[in-house]
Amino acid sequence: MPFLELTGIQKRFGDVAAVHNFDLAIEPGEFVSFLGPSGCGKTTTLRMIAGFERPTAGTIVVNGTDITHKAPNQRNVGMVFQSYALFPNMTVADNVGFGLKVRRRSKDQIHKRVSELLELIHLPDKASRYPWQLSGGQQQRVALARALAIEPQVLLLDEPLSALDAKIRVSLRNEIRAIQRQLGITTVYVTHDQEEALSLSDRIVVMSEGRIEQIGTPFEIYNFPSTGFVARFVGTLNVVSAKVLDPTAGTLEAAGQPIRAAGPISGGHPGDALTVALRPEIISLGARDGMNQLSGVVDDVTFLGAIVRVRIRFSDDSGAISFDTFNNPHLAVPDRGTAITISFPPEACLVLDRAEIAAAAAPEDLDAA
Amino acid sequence: MRYAARVAWWLVFIVGVLYFFIPLYGTLAFSLKSKPFLSAYTAILNDPQFVSTLSYSFVAGILTIIVSILIIVPTAFWVRLKYPQLRPIIEFITLLPFVIPPIILVFGLINTYSKQPLAVTNTETGSNALLVAAYVVLSFPYMYRAVDTGLRAIDIHSLTEASQSLGAGWIRILWQVILPNVRTSLLSGAFLTLAIVVGEFTIATFLDRPAFAPFLGLVGDSKPYEQAALALVSFGITWAAMVLIAVLGRGSRSRIKVTIG
Ligand SMILES: Nc1ncnc2c1ncn2[C@@H]1O[C@H](COP(=O)(O)OP(=O)(O)OP(=O)(O)O)[C@@H](O)[C@H]1O
Ligand SMILES: [Mg+2]
Repeated sequence: MPFLELTGIQKRFGDVAAVHNFDLAIEPGEFVSFLGPSGCGKTTTLRMIAGFERPTAGTIVVNGTDITHKAPNQRNVGMVFQSYALFPNMTVADNVGFGLKVRRRSKDQIHKRVSELLELIHLPDKASRYPWQLSGGQQQRVALARALAIEPQVLLLDEPLSALDAKIRVSLRNEIRAIQRQLGITTVYVTHDQEEALSLSDRIVVMSEGRIEQIGTPFEIYNFPSTGFVARFVGTLNVVSAKVLDPTAGTLEAAGQPIRAAGPISGGHPGDALTVALRPEIISLGARDGMNQLSGVVDDVTFLGAIVRVRIRFSDDSGAISFDTFNNPHLAVPDRGTAITISFPPEACLVLDRAEIAAAAAPEDLDAA
Repeated sequence: MRYAARVAWWLVFIVGVLYFFIPLYGTLAFSLKSKPFLSAYTAILNDPQFVSTLSYSFVAGILTIIVSILIIVPTAFWVRLKYPQLRPIIEFITLLPFVIPPIILVFGLINTYSKQPLAVTNTETGSNALLVAAYVVLSFPYMYRAVDTGLRAIDIHSLTEASQSLGAGWIRILWQVILPNVRTSLLSGAFLTLAIVVGEFTIATFLDRPAFAPFLGLVGDSKPYEQAALALVSFGITWAAMVLIAVLGRGSRSRIKVTIG
């Protein structure tokens, strides 16, 4: 039985519909991320679970209890904010103990629990510090401890790492995940960073314009995106325009060269124009038997450290394809202007139709990825 | 250039100090002319009305500050949190005491509260309460601005939501989260309020209250040296009171102590 269940949740702000028909069932102890571009309704949905916003329609059930109309301070839900939101007038220990004081626990109980939690977040010696005396990463750990102190039924985190720099972001996210596993607490994590969502989550909810695009494991979301939006938003994607040759055989013409898709193209007719998407890491350099092959000219080479990203362009205007090779000091990177051939398996071709391309807005998010 | 800036800074500072201290010095010099030496001061300190009126005004000041805080802090907090579009209106209302002279205010009060069914001025307690109520209104411009500025400096939305998610209700949020974080601003509002109440003449006179400023005026009619001495002494006491508020306001609260090991 699901532990946290959102059914038919909608939220309108005046004329703006921020969330439409949101259905989600989260299992006990599961770590679920909401992933999507800015303004897609992630925070609004999270705030409805926390009780800070009232759904226009729908119900929220936690552990069999309908909490849709409960006040936020009656919900026993832990929340971690992007801005930390530590109480500036209180020490670290007072911050962590605040929720227990509200619950009128005895002094001894509070001391015990606070020191337990400070151990958990590896800050046992910072109990009497004030928030302004801590680094951003330490403050966010204290905020996590404060939220966990009350033993919440559900832990909610709204872009908790956005204000931190890259290195700490990675180490802290691993720490959050480790603590979450250790406590087995049901968690909802909001982020617009696909790498964060992919690396942390049991399941990801990809959202766009207030709607759920896809719910799935990181593996499913990345490898089998069910909409063009998901394909474009998660990971880097090459998009080439193509023409249907034989829909039943699943053959296409891309960049003037024949390729095969994984299977028949349903609803396609010979000559139909569509788009094929390819993940850069699935493409290899050189001709390989049994695979799709495309020939073009090296347009650009980007050195990214461990990997080298090569972009090739085709003689006609069908677009460019980028692919990655591992950096190897003993191998020469192709020069710009050289003619090369790339190969990729038919299963790697994601065929996107026109409608999906129109729906999958925000190409700038792709470049940023 | 930096040298010139420093010279300019010092000039401004010196002019400010002179502007502030010359009148004080003038008053002091005048008060010392009484013969025998310091007789003005001994006369004042021996006058029982001095202590009674000054303490009356201080008590009125403290009550004013407390009532003002109880009204202004929740209001400013609620407006910032839920109705930011009302802020200009609230700000305008709190500025009204600057626009309406105290004499108008006090006649309005007397007109309203001296006849049935609201004959508050019939009793001593009623008149005292009315005086404090009027002073609370006078304190609004200072208190509201001070608190509002203090609230702007903290992220009240996140702090409020964090407290709520930890189970806190509104009273606890106001008392344990918001109030301590605007304490410094509250203190500056409280200073101004105290100074204004101790020096307020018009309302106290027309409500016939035994306050300090009417006493000061009365002394001045007949004893000029004593009035100057009185002004200086009350000035010193008011400043001492402000220091006291500052020290008390910084205060200490019980903390959760954690021992590891
Ligand atoms: N209080 C509000 N009043 C009116 N509109 C709002 C309010 N809160 C959110 N919205 C609107 O609802 C939509 C969803 O906002 P939300 O904050 O949930 O997005 P988000 O996915 O969290 O984005 P981001 O990644 O930028 O934080 C946006 O169009 C936003 O403008
Ligand atoms: Mg958000």
